[in-house]
Amino acid sequence: MNNSAPAFAAGYINNDGPKLITERFQFEDSFTLERFLNTGGYNGLRKALEKKPSEVHDEVREAVLLGRGGAGFPAGVKWGFCPEGVWPRYLVVNGDESEPGTYKDRLLMERDPHQLIEGCLIACYALGLSQCFLYVRGEMALAQERIANALNEAYEAGYVGRNILGQDFSVDIVLHWGAGAYIVGEETALIESLEGNRGMPRLKPPYFPAAIGLYGQPTIVNNVETLSNIPWIIDNGASAYKEMGSETSPGTRLFAISGHVNRPGVYEVEQGVTTFRDLFYGENFCQGIRNGKELKMFIPGGGSAPWFFEEHLDLPLEARPIGDAGSMLGSGAIVVMDETTDAVKACLRVVRFFARESCGKCSPCREGTTWEEKILRRIYEGDGRPSDIELLLDIGDNISPGPYPVAAFSEQDLEAVPFPPRQTTICPLGPSSVAPITSAIRRFRTEFETLITQRDSIPVSAAPIEVEQ
Amino acid sequence: MAYFTEENLRRAHEIIDSYPRAKSALIPLLHLAQEQNGWITNEAMTHIAELTDVTSAEVLGTGSFYEMFKFHPVGKYLINVCTNISCQLLGGEELLHHAEAALGITDGETTEDGLFTLEDVECIAACTEAPCFTVNYRYFHRADENIFDEVVAELRSGRSPLDKGKQGDSGDIPSHGTLSRIQQHIPIDRKAGITPPEDSKTAPVWMEKNTEEAKS
Repeated sequence: MNNSAPAFAAGYINNDGPKLITERFQFEDSFTLERFLNTGGYNGLRKALEKKPSEVHDEVREAVLLGRGGAGFPAGVKWGFCPEGVWPRYLVVNGDESEPGTYKDRLLMERDPHQLIEGCLIACYALGLSQCFLYVRGEMALAQERIANALNEAYEAGYVGRNILGQDFSVDIVLHWGAGAYIVGEETALIESLEGNRGMPRLKPPYFPAAIGLYGQPTIVNNVETLSNIPWIIDNGASAYKEMGSETSPGTRLFAISGHVNRPGVYEVEQGVTTFRDLFYGENFCQGIRNGKELKMFIPGGGSAPWFFEEHLDLPLEARPIGDAGSMLGSGAIVVMDETTDAVKACLRVVRFFARESCGKCSPCREGTTWEEKILRRIYEGDGRPSDIELLLDIGDNISPGPYPVAAFSEQDLEAVPFPPRQTTICPLGPSSVAPITSAIRRFRTEFETLITQRDSIPVSAAPIEVEQ
Repeated sequence: MAYFTEENLRRAHEIIDSYPRAKSALIPLLHLAQEQNGWITNEAMTHIAELTDVTSAEVLGTGSFYEMFKFHPVGKYLINVCTNISCQLLGGEELLHHAEAALGITDGETTEDGLFTLEDVECIAACTEAPCFTVNYRYFHRADENIFDEVVAELRSGRSPLDKGKQGDSGDIPSHGTLSRIQQHIPIDRKAGITPPEDSKTAPVWMEKNTEEAKS
């Protein structure tokens, strides 16, 4: 078994499981049209063009392909939200991967851009989308080059553009790239950015850009990994797809497992039938916590996800049980932290991210995330006040009212609060900043209290101070 | 007022022609301006405004939202060190401190010789390969102090450190501002046709297939 990461696909590890979207990663020239065509490339498109567009849509709906961007909404259902008879319709590809811990779309774009292009073409054919914009994160220079090259090849060879494969099917795919803003990964912010504006999320409703999106027209926004699955599904059929994974989460998914494990990497994993324990300790996966240490906590679905612990290791990688347990699979980003990790420091770092990336449109998020970071920093630096823990929870409650999703803490008989959080904001960025705070305070309250009570002296400028001892 | 060179003006028009509305080209044109000069000047924004039929204030309004656009000179090489959670766990902050000491600058500053600008950045999607940093958005995975020093030394001596890396990337690292070294080019005879939404209010021709059999 060759399971070392190939140098040219840094991070990807072949775990000997089914490979729907990473099959070509074994080839150094996987991004070229020649290799793509030699390995079944554009077969899915050919098969799609032999069917009616509505039949292609039915096949994707039947496959229960769940969106891979974070929300996990079924792509086939999302596709059905385009209003009848309103034209033109657009496809926007979300390649703005920026959620802390997430590393998979960049690999798919760098290693197999034609697979993504084929997925885009099939989606355009199925829904009558007349133009596609491939929005790649600004910081991903190599991905931009690989996609630009692939599009140039595909245009020349007749796979993209006018009369694709000699048929009455014409779609332009335009490579577009961002310029550094996490919030642009939110689909309505992505559309704003694509229209040449500041990337701020739009007020809802409408909840889906499929109704009103780019230039006010019906627009499908799909994640890179979601679209990369489409060629396989059309080539092999929905029933073959559903033979893998579980009934509600079929197929495979890419998981990036980072942090304190022996073999961090990006793995293509069958959903539903694999557990966190398999991933962290399995011989085919991460091979245990580094240096024989104990697990302290892990983030199951990117920086926005509430934290999990030892008692959650046997949960399957499936949306519902993880949601019920108080977190989410999100963008397939799992961050593992061992017993040496400082919970307050980790919490501060994730919250700093949200404070920096808040777009500033909604006050609870703009002000709230800023204060969360300031208060966490003063606690971490030994200047915390006894009232700070309650203050943090109160600020969180202003961004996301009511009990915030959090994992159970069996030792203290504390039950889980299921996902998702409520929000006083337009998008989930602000509420996401509450996740690390609520998680860390429930589990590691004593770490916060220790830092607060250890403060050397009370600065005069900070008086009056409530004394709660 | 003309800011773009003749060649870049040609590229600017090609970019504008890829969108149903010219304003959508704002971000790509700001990248093009940054490519020409390393950072974005007022003259560049005025020219972009003329090309896309918006005000220069709107160009700044959009551009200033995005971190990658620099409205002041930066070094030839922008070094971004990730300190977000996955990198922090494996020494990202220590790497940043080393970078600050090695270059004699802190987050956001540029070396006196104008060669390097250093930034402490958020997650750059290389989490399993932590800690990582980029030079003009070219990745260096599983970095440590030695790798950082080596890359800086190569850049100082005018050689490309990319070929030493194991990221699948190769060749020279262009000066700050140039992202993709390959441009998308749609041959005119292959273009499906890009029109404003108000000019394409009918269903695409292939959608007729949905109703063909129903009629027969």
